[in-house]
This record gives sequence, structure tokens and C-alpha cells, in this order.
Amino acid sequence: MGIDSQSHLRRLENESIHIIREVAAEFDNPVMLYSIGKDSAVMLHLALKAFYPSKPPFPLLHVDTTWKFQEMITFRDYTVDKYGLDLIVHTNEEGVKNNINPFDHGSSNYTHIMKTEALKEALTQYKFDAAFGGARRDEEKSRAKERVFSFRSASHGWDPKNQRPELWSLYNGRIAKGESIRAFPLSNWTELDIWQYILAEGIEIVPLYFSAKRPVVERDGTLLMLDDDRFRLEPGEKVEQRDVRFRTLGCYPLTGAVESTADTLEDIVSEMLIARTSERSGRLIDHDSSGSMEKKKREGYF
Amino acid sequence: MNKIAPVAEAFDLSTYINSQESKSFLRFLTCGSVDDGKSTLIGRLLYDTKLIFEDQLAALEKDSRKHGTVADEIDLALLVDGLEAEREQGITIDVAYRFFSTEKRKFIVADTPGHEQYTRNMATGASTADLAILLVDARNGLLTQTRRHAFIASLLGVRHVVLAVNKIDLVDYDQKRFEEIKADFESFSSGFDFDSSEVIPLSARFGDNVTTSSEKLSWFTGPTLLEHLENVELGEEHSEAAFRFPVQWVNRPNLDFRGYSGTVRGGSVIVGDEVVVAQSGKTSCVEKIVTMDGDQVRADDGQSVTLTLADEIDISRGDVLAPAHSRPDVSDQFAAHLIWMSENAMLPGRPYLLKCGTKTIGASVTEIKHKVDVNTFDHHAAKQLALNEIAFCNLALSEAIAFDPYEANRDTGSFILIDRMTNETVAAGLIWFGLRRATNVHRQALDVNKKARGGLKGQKPAVLWFTGLSGSGKSTIANAVEQKLLSLGRHTYLLDGDNVRHGLNKDLGFTDADRVENIRRVAETSRLFVDAGLITLVSFISPFKAERQLARDLLDTDEFFEIFVDTTLEECETRDPKGLYAKARKGEISNFTGIDSDYEVPEAPELHLKTAGRTVEALADEIVDRLLKDGYIGSDNTWVI
Repeated sequence: MGIDSQSHLRRLENESIHIIREVAAEFDNPVMLYSIGKDSAVMLHLALKAFYPSKPPFPLLHVDTTWKFQEMITFRDYTVDKYGLDLIVHTNEEGVKNNINPFDHGSSNYTHIMKTEALKEALTQYKFDAAFGGARRDEEKSRAKERVFSFRSASHGWDPKNQRPELWSLYNGRIAKGESIRAFPLSNWTELDIWQYILAEGIEIVPLYFSAKRPVVERDGTLLMLDDDRFRLEPGEKVEQRDVRFRTLGCYPLTGAVESTADTLEDIVSEMLIARTSERSGRLIDHDSSGSMEKKKREGYF
Repeated sequence: MNKIAPVAEAFDLSTYINSQESKSFLRFLTCGSVDDGKSTLIGRLLYDTKLIFEDQLAALEKDSRKHGTVADEIDLALLVDGLEAEREQGITIDVAYRFFSTEKRKFIVADTPGHEQYTRNMATGASTADLAILLVDARNGLLTQTRRHAFIASLLGVRHVVLAVNKIDLVDYDQKRFEEIKADFESFSSGFDFDSSEVIPLSARFGDNVTTSSEKLSWFTGPTLLEHLENVELGEEHSEAAFRFPVQWVNRPNLDFRGYSGTVRGGSVIVGDEVVVAQSGKTSCVEKIVTMDGDQVRADDGQSVTLTLADEIDISRGDVLAPAHSRPDVSDQFAAHLIWMSENAMLPGRPYLLKCGTKTIGASVTEIKHKVDVNTFDHHAAKQLALNEIAFCNLALSEAIAFDPYEANRDTGSFILIDRMTNETVAAGLIWFGLRRATNVHRQALDVNKKARGGLKGQKPAVLWFTGLSGSGKSTIANAVEQKLLSLGRHTYLLDGDNVRHGLNKDLGFTDADRVENIRRVAETSRLFVDAGLITLVSFISPFKAERQLARDLLDTDEFFEIFVDTTLEECETRDPKGLYAKARKGEISNFTGIDSDYEVPEAPELHLKTAGRTVEALADEIVDRLLKDGYIGSDNTWVI
């Protein structure tokens, strides 16, 4: 399916490419956060376009909590290999040593240690001065106020009250040593735009987005998939094979599935159009309290 | 009622996608004061266009009970007031971007705070908007800030305005009240050159005339707000403009390919077109327009592409490609409107960084022509600019750049200023015109240069910049150094703070603005002396890093030798050779460095002189030894005969 050169999607695409190139041109050591999900897939696709015929002049960074769906890891390695990209995988080894996991430590603690801390550790260790993230302003209220170039202090904190004004398409990439910028090239995309673009451009995504029979348990109204034998069943819970898919991907014990038979991109987009539940509701970590995303962001979460 | 999608039983996806793709697109902003109901209005638009998902609605109901201000109803403002601090204070503190669409258009809304201290956020929202909704409370009518919002919208090139007369329910849907406000608005908005200007009564809280017309407003014959947003005619931006292509990134995957990546900012380009590099004047032809989806014959405004040229010419990031017959201005000076966005005042002469397109260079304001009172639009003289002030200024740049007037091209006519020390974005600028055509003015290349003059004297000319508190010993040490250099047969000149203030700078006082100008003049003077081949000693308190950096930037890398004369404040105050500390403590002198004005300690001076327990002689020797060691002066004076 072709896209008209002046269409809405092309306008978004052009803006994102501009942002990605600005980061590559203005920073010494940028990195692209690659979370393997659909937004990352689109962001990577845009990076490939931005520098063609060159390869993107920065590596990808995957923060591996060790609790990702196995299919995500397979897809990650396949993608990196297909495009000949540099990939850095970083895990909080201290957390692994202490056996930090989503079952014993609660979603909030676990996320802080295995995602937020691990990310900060990686950014500090490799001295990255800019990191691309696939966040969108339509995802969540505090993200609606996020800049395209979002300044982070040397300790990776975000100060929402003290953000740099951002006018026209002029992004201020000046930082002092140790400080960094999080760059969000997909800021102005909506979830629907992402799916339409994936459809129009034929972008490959992790099969977990498509419906299949998968082993799940229902817990507190959420369908959780048993991706490996580390999943702990509670008394009375029973595993069922159901037709499910995922609207968002993360750590499998914290990611809710939806019942669906949509097994093609066309079906997913159609389903999306009649959806009445926003995508982040599948992420258990956002529900702790209403301001919880802002809190995580202040601490350095993407 | 508008819906996000016509979800029929037999849903035809490709028809739907095509209809999405052919939708036009409008970016608008909402401005109004704290209580005018902006956030409620946006919440209402999202709610009525079915953009609120079930889980968001559930969270909203929960939040409404906790923070809500509208009794038992859902408080729609909580949908958009995202940050916790805002919800607690009930105000909107930062620009938020929201997305919704109808069957006709897709919209991005910038919700910008209305109270005075956040004017900069409104300018931010306006910089990318096609339309501005100015909100007023029907009970209050137009306020001073409504004029300000209209002015800022107009200044930033927003083409369409809507005056939304909100809370019409609180004046009993009174037509007469509405007509009064409308007449008021029309009398002042005619002074602006908006393409369209519409006045609409509504109640965001109850939804009257936002997305559906209301029986209570049956006297109103105009459109609902949403109808107007869907139908307002947008001219194609830049469609008339000449082709502009600021180069972002030189694309060199291998020796056989050299391309220039960037986004077309105005006009279009076709393979074979002759283009010129605006800054250097070199020309070539477009050979290919490369994208990952295949080569194109043509690239239009807004497209991000990679161009290759027929000839190998020198092009780097920051260069602007343009048609040879329709070039942008190229100059190192221009006149522009500045919107000041920092808590720290703008001081003429202070060095900043300027980013225009993809080019970042040094810049300073040489003159504030006038400050604009955003409420009365009167012009006032000004020596400095404070947060949220707007002024018309002349700027000088460290090198010539290519630009267009803002009116002709929002992208190549806009810039931001960045503070060199804090790196914050301190101003937004809109260029009006260049002040001289640098393209036609070539600096006279002189045969006798500073190297020749310095060589004659057997020295490498430089500035020894002594900085430190009043009474730290700067002038005493500088005098001793000059005497030693003289006895070695070197040619020197000493510029002393007090002496210069009696002559060249006698028109300047001690405000921050005057201090900056004081240092600028001294820095420029010392540059001339360096050019004359002299070792120039400058003894000035020079308390601000930015000004010392300005002096450093005027000179070549190894020509600026900063000497930090480090004496404690207590010691300076004990010495108090001129009795100034005593007076400052009594409050007889204000802005006295160290007492009620800051001294910013140098971070990396060439020489850090700690004076405690050392003689002037020893300190002067240390400096002279360094000059010998670093090759500023020779160890013998054989060539001085």
C-alpha cells in the first residue's frame, strides 16, 4: 500500500527523520534505545531511512531484564543481523545476582532495579550523551508535556518544571559533561499512526502482536502468559490455551494479553479502531498511582 | 456528532486508511488565563470526539473525586493537566500536546499556560501553530493578556485566530454580553494582519457549541468551534517560497557516494536544478534525490531527503542550498525580534550561541532598538531584557549565515539563543532583515599582520587577563609584571579597570548591563593592541564567566592568558586599599562584587595565583617564568638591539 507524498504519515516520517539526523549530527556518542516493540520497530525503520545509503551512525541498546518474552529476544537478534547493526545488551548484573524478579519484589521495585537502574547504569558506563526513545506524547498525560529533546541531569533525572522551550524545529542539544539528552523522534505520532505506518511500510514486528493460541492464566482481570517455567502459579489458578495477542510488549509477567483472533496486520488495525481501552492499560507498572509515570520519568525511566 | 471512525459491521480497512490519509491537518494552540477553562475545553474536545478510552475515563473519575473542582461531575481539565504539581495547584505549568481527529481533519493541540510568567510557553506553542484559540471568560471579557496573546500569535506568524467566549452559561447565554465582547475584540484585532478571525460563544464545561450547537445559543448563527476548526482554510505554507535546504548531515557511506541529508524548508527542487551554497557562493546541479524508497525526481517542502550534486564542492552541516537565482540573505548582522525566555536578563554585548536552521554560531546583541510593551504595543528604550520581554534588536554573529525574513519563511527566518554557560535556551528570535551584505564585503587582507609586528618585537602578542576581587592585588601584580617585561625589552601595555573607567568607559556605571559593556570595550581594545603586536595586560575584576569567555573568543587560541588572582574575600576586605568594602558594607555603594554582586570563579584559568603568604615579587616572577616557558617571550633579547 503506497503513501501519498504529502500525507499525514509522510509528514510524521519527515519530521522524525529530521529529529534523528539532528541527534546524529549534534552529539558525539548517541545510542538508540531498542525495546523490540512496535514503536522501536518504527523508530529503527525511520533511522534506516534517515541515513540511507549509510547505516545509522549509532548502536542500539537493549536493556534486558532477563524477563522478556523469548520471542522478543529471537526477533531482536534476527533484526540486528538482518540490517547489520551494532547491538549492546545490558543487564543489571547486581539485580540478577540478588535474584530480583517481578514475583518477589513487586512490579514497582522490580522495574526500578531491572529497568530504570539498568538503563542509567548502561548510559553512564558507555558515556552516551544522547539516547533515542520511542515514547509518544499520546501515551500518557505526563508524556504529553515531554520535549523532543529532553534534558537529563548528570544523574539522569528529569525536571518537568525546568524544561527548555522548544520552538519551530530548532532543538537545543547543548549539554555539559555528564549530562545527556533523551530524544523522542515519535513524539507527535499516535498509536493509530504507528499501526498504519507499519501496515503501509510492511515493517516486521514481533509475532506476539498477532493472535495465536498461548498458555495464559487470568489474574486480577489480566491475562498473563506463561512464557517459561519461571512463572509462579498461585493456588487455584489454572493455565488455559486461549487465542490472545499483545498490544504492548515488556516483561512477560507484567504484560497483559488481550483476547483476540486478529492474526494479520489488517485485523490488528481494524481491531485497534474499535478499541475502547488505551494501550498502556496492558502495562501493570503504570497503575500503581495516577502520577506514577511522571515519578518514574523523574527517576530516569523512559 | 463526530466520531473517530465509522465502525460499521463490514469494516473496509483500505477505504478507511485512504480516508485517513486524505485528511488535512491543523496544528492549533489554546491560550487564556488560569481560570478561563482552557484545559476543560481541550478535555471537552477529546471527550466529545471519543478520544478518551474507557480506562482513562475510569482514572479520570477517580481523579475528579480527589482533585476535581466541579462538584460531582467529571472534571475534564484533569485529562490534560498531566503533571502532579499542576493537579495539586490546579494550574497548567507547561505546554502539553494533544491529538485528536474527526472525519475531516487531524489535529495537534498545544495547550499553553496563560499566566504571565509562562508567556514563553505560549510562544513555543505558537511557533508551530496555524491557528490560535484565545479564551476569555464571558463574565470578564477581554483582558490585558488577551491582547498579549493576540500580539504573540501575530508576531510568531499564526495566520488564524478564534476568540472563544467561554463560560457563556455563567452569563445566562446572554447575546448582548457576547456582542459587546465581540465588538471589543474586532476593534483591536483589526490591527493585526490575521487571515481569519472568528468569535464563538461556548461553554466548555457543559459542551454548548464546542462540538454540537446548543439550543441555549439559538441566537448564534455561526459555526460550532469544532466546525470552524474543521473548515478554516489553510494556505499551503511556503508554497510560494523559494527552495531552501539547510544541510543537516553529510552522508558518506563510502568513497563513491557523497550526499547531503536535510529537510526541504520551502519550495521544491527537481533533478538538474542549479543550486548555490548560499554562504560560499559555489554552484552545482542536483544530480540525484536519494531516499531509501528509491530516487525521486523532485523533493517538496517538508520532505527529508539526501541530495547529491554533479560537482565536488565543499559543503558541510549548516550550509544552505538554494536556487542560484533566488538566494537567501547572507550576513553576519541582522535585525530581529527577540522573545526573552530566561530568568537571567539579556545583556547587550554578552556572548550567546545562536542556532538558525542547522547552523550554530556565536552571537551577541549589539543594540536593543526598542522593547515592545506587549499590552499596549508601545515601544520603549531598554538597556536589558528580562524574562518574557520582547524587543527589536540588532545582532552580530561570529560569521555570516544564510537566512530569510521570518515573514517569508518561518524555518529559515527563525533562531534560538543558547546561554554558553548554562546551555539553556534563553531566547527565540524572528529575523526581519540583514544589516549588511557580507557577501559583497570582503575583509581587507593585510600584509603587515600581528605576527610580523610581534616578531619585530621578539614576542608573541597576547592578553594577560587578570581577574579577581577588588583589592585582590591584580593591578599591583600586573604593574610588577609590566616592569619586569619592560626590563627584558618587551613591548607592553596595561589596561587598568579604574583608569579605563575614567576615559573610554566613563559613560558606564555598575549595573550588570554596564559591566558587560565595560568588558566588551576593554576586550575589543585589547584585541587591537594584540593586533599591534603588544603583550597587553588587562587588570579588571571581570566577575562574569560569560564576559571573560567573550574576551577569549575575540582572540586566537593561545592569545588569551587568564590569570586568576585568588585572594579571599576576608583578606581583600581587610586590605580594602580604596575603602570601598567599608562603603559597600554600609550600603553606600551597590552592585559591589563580593558583597551584593557575584564573582564567578574561573574554572580553568591558564594560571591560578594563590596570593596568600606570597610577595608581589614572587607572584610577578611566576607569571614571567610562565611566559618564557610557553614561548610568549624569548629567553634572550638578542633581536632587540
